Amino acid sequence: MPQTPHDVIDTLVGIMPGTALDAIRARRPEARKHAQASYVGLLVPNEPGGVSLPERFAIAAFVAGLHGEPQTSAFYVEGLRSSGAADALSAAIAQQVDKARAVGPYGRYPKGPLSAEDQDGPLHRVADDERAALGAKLAAALEHVHMLVLHPRDAAPPSLQAMLDAGWSTTDVVMISQLVSFLSFQIRIVAGLRTLASHPA
Amino acid sequence: MTDKTLTPTGHAEPVTFTRDMLEWLPWLEPLSESELTPRHMDGLVDAARAKSPYFRLLARDPDVLGARTRTDKDIFYNTDAGLPRAERELAAAATSRLNGCIYCASVHARFAATYSKRVEDVDRLLAEGTGAQLDERWNAIVAASVALTSIPMTFDTTHIDRLRAAGLDDLSIADVIQAASFFNWANRLMLSLGEPTR
Repeated sequence: MPQTPHDVIDTLVGIMPGTALDAIRARRPEARKHAQASYVGLLVPNEPGGVSLPERFAIAAFVAGLHGEPQTSAFYVEGLRSSGAADALSAAIAQQVDKARAVGPYGRYPKGPLSAEDQDGPLHRVADDERAALGAKLAAALEHVHMLVLHPRDAAPPSLQAMLDAGWSTTDVVMISQLVSFLSFQIRIVAGLRTLASHPA
Repeated sequence: MTDKTLTPTGHAEPVTFTRDMLEWLPWLEPLSESELTPRHMDGLVDAARAKSPYFRLLARDPDVLGARTRTDKDIFYNTDAGLPRAERELAAAATSRLNGCIYCASVHARFAATYSKRVEDVDRLLAEGTGAQLDERWNAIVAASVALTSIPMTFDTTHIDRLRAAGLDDLSIADVIQAASFFNWANRLMLSLGEPTR
């Protein structure tokens, strides 16, 4: 079972009690408390439902890896290992991150004046020989998650249906969507506050 | 049995960024109002949100919805100093513009325009995108939001220097970071679980 820090964002930023950043975070106490509650609810919930802890940490390690933010990446790679995932799964996630990194956000708009701003980029597909270590459900999830991280405006029902067809329920898809979206927030807060902490006025 | 996505038909998809009021149609089945238990209502936070298909869909994970909503409200509505509300909304609108969330941009462009009274600048951001020339303070907030939203992230100490030079204290800079980061959460839910309609 992964260790749950008292405050994951403080831990990853390196915020110590009594510092300037500690005081700044204390001015938004509900955001601080509920960002942590979101972490607990999405990564280590009491009732994981249809998305197991190793699956949650596998997705998180993939999302953090795509962002390339070192603190969160290391944290979720370690979380995946201690969640009871097989070594083969950890290795498969690392391989997917290497293959799937890209520059974002890109994607297409509904046809019209904004089409001039359409930007194409890679569509991630898990290769046939990579599916065994991931399993069909996680493979379908990673294909969707890559879009959600890097080109969210390309989202459309077929990608959700592919997850449902792979065996996830509607509620599971909502949980995974929240997980990826929350991580998109947490990773940026960590990067932003680390930069601020490193550069006092 | 395998669940199925929903396919909205006969609606009018917006094809430009706008401050108009839009609706949102889900691609996955929300809970029905009759299914909502006290735990779901606690997750919704505001009882009126039981009318919204978006919030009834997210209510499938009620504890997480409740934590999401309480995080959101503190980042945008907490009036204890820091960045003025108008500029928290500007960061949300700029993030939504870059990610391409027409629905989120409409809501937060409306708020930014209402609280700042700078309707023309907000409309320029929507029309031209995050490269629009506003004024230096707003340009600095938009540039910081863009740097945090991009992958890989390009936010660095030059963004902090520019925000400080534009008059932001460190609490206000943290508010920019939190507002832009939060919209990377919100945009992804709105974009991937349904679509906007006029």
